[in-house]
Amino acid sequence: MNRRDAISRVGLILGGTVIGAELFMSGCKSGSTVNTDDLFAKETTAFLNEVGETILPETATPGAKAANVGGFMAIMVRDCYTADDQKVFKKGLSQLDEASNKKFKKSFMEADAKQRTELLTDLDKEAKEYSKTKKPEDPNHYFSMIKQLTLLGYFTSEVGATKALRYLPVPGKYIGDYPYKKGDRAWAIS
Amino acid sequence: MANLNIDSVKDRTFDAIVIGSGMSGGWAAKEFTDKGLKTLVLERGRDVKHLKDYPTTNLYPWEFPHHGVLPDDVQKANPIVNRCYAFGEDAAHFFVKDAEHPYVQEKPFDWIRGYQTGGKSLLWARQTQRWSDFDFEGPARDGFAVDWPIRYADIAPWYSYVEKFAGISGNRDGIPELPDGEFLPAFPLNAVETFFSNHVKKTYKNRHVISARCAHLSKPNQIHLDQGRGQCQERTLCQRGCPFGGYFSANSSTIPWALKSGHCTLRPHSVVESIIYDEKKGKATGVRVIDANTKEAIEYYANVIFVNAAALNSNLILLNSTSGRFPNGLGNDSGTLGKYVAFHNYSAHINAEYDGAKEWTTDGRNPAGGGYIPRFRNVYKQETNFLRGYAAGFSAYRWQQNSSDGIGQDLKNNLVKKDLSGWHVGSHMMGETIPKETNYVALDKSLKDPWGIPQLKISVDYDDNDEKMKKDYVEQMTEMFTSAGFTNIKASTDHRAPGLDIHEMGGVRMGNDPKTSMLDKWHRLHACKNVYVTDGASMTSTSCQNPSLTYMAFTARAVDHAIGEMKKGNV
Repeated sequence: MNRRDAISRVGLILGGTVIGAELFMSGCKSGSTVNTDDLFAKETTAFLNEVGETILPETATPGAKAANVGGFMAIMVRDCYTADDQKVFKKGLSQLDEASNKKFKKSFMEADAKQRTELLTDLDKEAKEYSKTKKPEDPNHYFSMIKQLTLLGYFTSEVGATKALRYLPVPGKYIGDYPYKKGDRAWAIS
Repeated sequence: MANLNIDSVKDRTFDAIVIGSGMSGGWAAKEFTDKGLKTLVLERGRDVKHLKDYPTTNLYPWEFPHHGVLPDDVQKANPIVNRCYAFGEDAAHFFVKDAEHPYVQEKPFDWIRGYQTGGKSLLWARQTQRWSDFDFEGPARDGFAVDWPIRYADIAPWYSYVEKFAGISGNRDGIPELPDGEFLPAFPLNAVETFFSNHVKKTYKNRHVISARCAHLSKPNQIHLDQGRGQCQERTLCQRGCPFGGYFSANSSTIPWALKSGHCTLRPHSVVESIIYDEKKGKATGVRVIDANTKEAIEYYANVIFVNAAALNSNLILLNSTSGRFPNGLGNDSGTLGKYVAFHNYSAHINAEYDGAKEWTTDGRNPAGGGYIPRFRNVYKQETNFLRGYAAGFSAYRWQQNSSDGIGQDLKNNLVKKDLSGWHVGSHMMGETIPKETNYVALDKSLKDPWGIPQLKISVDYDDNDEKMKKDYVEQMTEMFTSAGFTNIKASTDHRAPGLDIHEMGGVRMGNDPKTSMLDKWHRLHACKNVYVTDGASMTSTSCQNPSLTYMAFTARAVDHAIGEMKKGNV
């Protein structure tokens, strides 16, 4: 798997451009001195896993928590994000909690599944609207980051690739003309 | 000299020395050792053994710390190699990092290198097409560079020879400008690639869209099994090194074959500083090596020396091999050494959509990558305001178009289902560039590498011919796409530096006249007959085929000649 291929194919799974992909491909413009240690705290991982689980919940197949997308997000933000995006992401975690407090008088972790879904549905809309009008130099929306890292982390995780999608490491064949059937289970990237 | 002990000299004396263990060096090693000659192969990088040294080959996406994404600091530290499409988390360990091996860019040049056993043969895109006389006669017909001292008839049997061993898949397409070879079954075109192929055949004289020919074992023969290689399994994770030996690399094929003979000594971590020229004998007697780790200088001796260090490094070694007889570099009586460097122009692309064949998709992954359009411009006659022409890739694909709106169960259910877009098609140009004296490499006068060897200064650029050709590619492909009924046609050009094509060639060109070229028709230095250069450095012109197959054939042919000369007592 080459990186651009991986990202573009995940991008295809996501059905559009991946903000993160631009970050990953262009690299950081200024050296990052942002301390990201707190992203690896147990409580933060648990928090991010719950946010991820709300975005991609357990259904007939495991959800994002089973893929530990919380741990994945911390690694990706530490190693693959620019300093500016690291700051936005870190601040975003408390913004998400504030939004929950404002709406339900409860932290995100205290909110129930229905409330969490309601909150993140709002944030998803907010982020989408923001992205529509944002200028390239404006910061990315923290929820866009969380959502995209969740999708990337989940669909390239073992449970995501092999349980939710179909994963075929060794095709053993290439068929040029194969009948297309919409709704079949999609393939994971290799 | 490091050591005058007689036994030590004997230990360091071989029949043949091969500098470089990659695409062409591996072939030199195989050919010499097949004939029982004691051969030393010098590799400047570390040893990479087939299977054993492919650490990522069987990893799942989730076993990579960043699931395939390269960390920001790695990207930031490597702006040059990071531009290469294959430089990812799974293969970065096979690429030279920018800071490790500095060079001087008089003009921007992305020099992509792989310093290890096998060199870049681990990483190549595996496309293999023969040249024809439309290519070999190019410089003479169109009045640039110098005439090639060989023609297709000289090299055709050697193409067959290397194809049988390497394993090349393809169809016998019967196209004079792209001769057929010894093919294993081709990988198929998909529905829309086939549609376009048929359309082009119907609509244009002498234009073709064929299944790309590539160095994959679609159906291995005994000779491939004897190498310990097996059938390609269509993983398309080739850049990691293939656990099946499904594609040709020096690591999976020629190098282990040579080592198995018992006649080959492979010495990794051996940076060749220069070739030793003996003025009394009037020939080269060996090479001076700097051990990459200890930085100790050691000399090795042989009757014949093959230079296969990859095009620009072969230039560097000859430039740095100075003597009283050759003050400007070994064999450089003509003053052409380092000059007339050329490459392939990859800087234009075109994409479009096709509204049809929606009942079809593909299954598995195509290692050949799709279709190939051989050069059709200025082939039978000069017909444009620029010289030469371009080949092109062509492929058709569909992708997941699921919406990623919303969150929760609906989002997840939506994303795990196949919901493909209509067909998209894409093409990229691979243009011939004209070698010029002003496109050159030279030794930097002050900067040295960590082994005390002068850094290479590279001064290579596009020209007006390239610009015109690029424009023509966009026009012609737009017309072909339009007449095929493709819609939403979008051409794009980029400003990539030369080098990123990884097809740098020339600097030690072949030619009939020692006054204007470096190598004779057998790839020997005109002025030092026991030194052969058979990698990309030897290219008089570039045509537009992917060049590796031609280097392999050149090398096998040159070794055969060298052995003949040795038998005659001429070297």
